[in-house]
Amino acid sequence: MNENKSNSKNPLHGLWALTNRDLKKWYKNPIILMLGIIQPIIWMSLLGKAMNLSSMFTSFSPQLPPTIPPPIQDQIKQAMSELSKQAMTQIFGTSDYFSYMAVGMMSFVVMFTAMFSGMSMVFDRRLGFLNKVLSTPVARGSILMAKIFSAVIRALVQATIVLVIAYALGLSVGADFTALNLLGVYAALFLISMGLSSIFILIAIRSTRQETQMAVVNLLNLPLMFASNALFPASLMPEWLQMITKINPVTYATDATRQLILYTIDMHQLAIDFLFLGAFAVIFSTIGIVLSWRYLSK
Amino acid sequence: MTDALVVKGLTKVFNKSLVAVDHIDFTVKEGEIFGFLGPNGAGKTTTINMLITVLRPTEGGAIVCNHDILKDASGVRDCIGVVPQEYTADEDLTGFENVILCADLYGIPRDESKKRAEELLQLVELTKFKDKQVATYSGGMRRRLELACGLINRPHVFFLDEPTLGLDVQTRAATWNYIKLLKKQFGMTIFMTTHYLEEADMLCDRVAIIDHGKIIATGAPNDLKESLGGDIMTLSIQDGEADVSDLIKKVPKVKEVKKQDGTYRIKVVDGEETAPTIIDAVRSEGHRVTRLSLTKPTLDEVYLEYTGRSIREEEESKEAFAAQRMAMRKARGQRSMGMGH
Repeated sequence: MNENKSNSKNPLHGLWALTNRDLKKWYKNPIILMLGIIQPIIWMSLLGKAMNLSSMFTSFSPQLPPTIPPPIQDQIKQAMSELSKQAMTQIFGTSDYFSYMAVGMMSFVVMFTAMFSGMSMVFDRRLGFLNKVLSTPVARGSILMAKIFSAVIRALVQATIVLVIAYALGLSVGADFTALNLLGVYAALFLISMGLSSIFILIAIRSTRQETQMAVVNLLNLPLMFASNALFPASLMPEWLQMITKINPVTYATDATRQLILYTIDMHQLAIDFLFLGAFAVIFSTIGIVLSWRYLSK
Repeated sequence: MTDALVVKGLTKVFNKSLVAVDHIDFTVKEGEIFGFLGPNGAGKTTTINMLITVLRPTEGGAIVCNHDILKDASGVRDCIGVVPQEYTADEDLTGFENVILCADLYGIPRDESKKRAEELLQLVELTKFKDKQVATYSGGMRRRLELACGLINRPHVFFLDEPTLGLDVQTRAATWNYIKLLKKQFGMTIFMTTHYLEEADMLCDRVAIIDHGKIIATGAPNDLKESLGGDIMTLSIQDGEADVSDLIKKVPKVKEVKKQDGTYRIKVVDGEETAPTIIDAVRSEGHRVTRLSLTKPTLDEVYLEYTGRSIREEEESKEAFAAQRMAMRKARGQRSMGMGH
């Protein structure tokens, strides 16, 4: 009787409905939203403000030998402060460590949201909701994509809040910053959250235990964070650690956002960042969709 | 009339060793309420999950409203509605939002889905609560909401997995009424699983009894009961020492006589008409009948006959086991506490 109904249907039907369901669950629970934001704020205000690397040099008063005459002493002190500024700018790309790490925090909050995206998959399976959806004509790929998209949207909203708070706490944007750069920032964060949430949803695709998910998140969050340039420049790390930072997508997202917000853009490097992030997102979301055909149902 | 459901050799083996469903065959006619009856762990939910295309069969297959569950899963999904055992409605959303979500999963346009949602919520008497969060609903209300969600695509075949599990007696009876009403209103085929015998007896046109993954009997509840060979009569006589079994056996239409603790359990056809003849036969040897009762067979007896045990016994023994374990745990806890002192 309703044979021709399926032909006229949009193959993506249900994608937005499922995405919207996850988003509704999120914004109807402001506490969860708050908790997601509080952590990066703590990092920014404690680590970012406490680790005041630039003042390490300026507030340092060297004990110079008294044989050096005072006017020269002043000159030396001035030169040192000048040198420290140069050192900061060369190594961190900005003289202000807070701005440096605050932008890194945007990658951090995106990474965290993506990592926990697998959790809702586990819950849907446990509560029987997944089975119900699987018995409807929604495309299997859409079930997975809805999880990915809701994670991406949540990640971008949280990153925006972090950016606003960082700005309020004294983030100094670069001289070249325009609204167009902001679009670039969102593009970079979109790509990394898409890739990362694909990975974590894939890990959860058959799982019925949230403990496993928690363990995976706990295992991976520090390496992903510290083996990247989110908090500290990779150029100062030992060789073996640099190798890891080079395959860590967090590095590329952070570099792209820093270039767009803080630095003068190096077109070549930015292109590499986006190429890497784009490939990362496309590869893992494709793997996700392909595997969802096979593994979503047992 | 065509068959709504044709199942052939359907089999599911988990982890290459656990046979949950073992080569079952059955058909469900269009417009009938078909009950799948069996104890917990018999393979009912596994069967339903294969039929609704959520679980891939290890072997065999099925045709659901003319679509093959293996070759044309999306065709099957379009024409079925499912009410799972669990409460799957989202607690953070309202009842109305949940029904609309279900509609979106079938790609029903919004103006149409709104209309249908209102109608269905009215049907299951949730209109008053439709804008309340599902977290505030009672068990019976959530069950009704699941019914409304499952009906949003106007399914040809409606699958209900243990529709009254965990509900109290009144809510259970009310849910039965809803199911009957839905059937009347939409005239669809209903496939339901249950381990409540009276539920199957009350609602189903036909039932299949499943045990250890195999179907052991299929038929209308009344036919199954009649296949037992008649009514059950229990009879006592004044002189407990005497044995009148042979006397009773001679009465025509008596199929079987068993003496248990001084009472006689008699299987008999047309119990009402035969009872006076039996009394006369017993009297002819000078014995006096002190007590006589007659029960029509229930599905419980059918189940007992085919599986060799009663569903209730099994549940009770499970409960008893749990209670025993709890008691042991308590005792152990107390002992270790005592040792601490």
